[in-house]
Amino acid sequence: MIESLDPRITREEIDENSVFSDLKELDQFETYEVFHQKKRGQQHSHVGIVHAPNAEMALLYAKEQFARRGQTCNLWVVKTQHVFATDYDDSDIFETTEEKIYRDPGTYKVMDRIKAYKEKNNLS
Amino acid sequence: MYGNADIDPNLKIHSIVADEDPIKLAAFEARIAAADKIEPRDWMPKEYRRQLIRMIEQHAHSEIIGALPEGTWITRAPGFRRKLALMAKVQDEVGHAQLLYSAAETLGKTREAMINDLISGKSKYSNIFNYPAPTWADSAVIAWLVDAGAIINQTTNAKGSYGPYVRALERICYEESFHLKYGHDNVVHLATGTAVQRISVQKAINRWWPPLMHFFGPPDSISEHSVILMRWKVKMASNEDMRQQFMDMYVPKIWDLGLTLPDPKLSKNKETGLWEYTEPDWAEFKRVINGDGPCNKERLAVRKMAEEKGRWVRHALLRKDAEYVTPLA
Ligand SMILES: [Fe+2]
Ligand SMILES: [Fe+2]
Repeated sequence: MIESLDPRITREEIDENSVFSDLKELDQFETYEVFHQKKRGQQHSHVGIVHAPNAEMALLYAKEQFARRGQTCNLWVVKTQHVFATDYDDSDIFETTEEKIYRDPGTYKVMDRIKAYKEKNNLS
Repeated sequence: MYGNADIDPNLKIHSIVADEDPIKLAAFEARIAAADKIEPRDWMPKEYRRQLIRMIEQHAHSEIIGALPEGTWITRAPGFRRKLALMAKVQDEVGHAQLLYSAAETLGKTREAMINDLISGKSKYSNIFNYPAPTWADSAVIAWLVDAGAIINQTTNAKGSYGPYVRALERICYEESFHLKYGHDNVVHLATGTAVQRISVQKAINRWWPPLMHFFGPPDSISEHSVILMRWKVKMASNEDMRQQFMDMYVPKIWDLGLTLPDPKLSKNKETGLWEYTEPDWAEFKRVINGDGPCNKERLAVRKMAEEKGRWVRHALLRKDAEYVTPLA
């Protein structure tokens, strides 16, 4: 038996030589991805994962783990297996191509033309 | 031996990356050199994955085992406010373990496998938690100085290259600041209190100084292996650099309270700017880490009991259709 400086541990009468059978896969449950919203009106953002047997308990663990400090007004949990994601190797699909600069507000330069027009027609 | 990578001095760079695709390896290294983070589903060298699993896993075990020496003082904390604060701190430490296990899991080792390896003794945890906390003053010294060491280690590692580990560490460091303040407050209370209180905190500091000097591990040998781990931003500072930083920040604060440290050689060399100290007993460090410390058995037995006693609850909650998927980030 374990003799400890902590009376609670000594009271437990723990047998240090007891046989431990290894935890099997899923003993610690599936994982859920946690999304946290700080204030109403703000986005939920991913903050981490919890292991849980079901969504209700995942919310409970998420609250303990990610809402202990600061502000929280809402939490989401989503089973990891339900998240579909793009591959980092394919990140080039997000690159803005040269011919798509028409989406960029900075590429619209009308003031030069207005000025030139006014000068030409003595409108200033 | 906290979260820091331990290094095999004999491993040569070419053998570490021998069977890696040179083009992918170059792209990976360029990404790290550009201060980009590596994410779980990125390509990474095998040795990078192996070292990170090992390091994050040990760090997670250290948090959960580290909650034990202090946790034993919750029921005996002097006063309600301290009891509440200590409970909050211990809960944080267990939460840190959860965050770190999750980060390690993104690299492909399941939480069950990590817990099994902890209990069987295959994976290690920070050696400092193999020492007992016989008095309340010990719990105060742990909260102040062991957490101070942990913070130095964690803020250093938070500059590393692996995204999930870095994000977990940022959250952890934010929580640790309360631990440090709480610990300092407790030590100051004892050090400025009655003669008996002062003696108790001095004795606790004397007990914890040798394990604190062991905390960052023996000086690293400069090897090709350490060079590559530094280049990959797995290891961010040498053990000795972190020890020096710790002494720089905390030795003056301890002396400031009129307390002493049990090392007559301890002093800062004005020319080099480095602390000089008696070489810690590394043989003792090795002996304790390999299982022969005052509390190794108790720590693992308590952890094992917690898993065993909780097993039926977990089984009752398991669903038949559950399916494990490696977490994403
Ligand atoms: Fe911690
Ligand atoms: Fe802490």
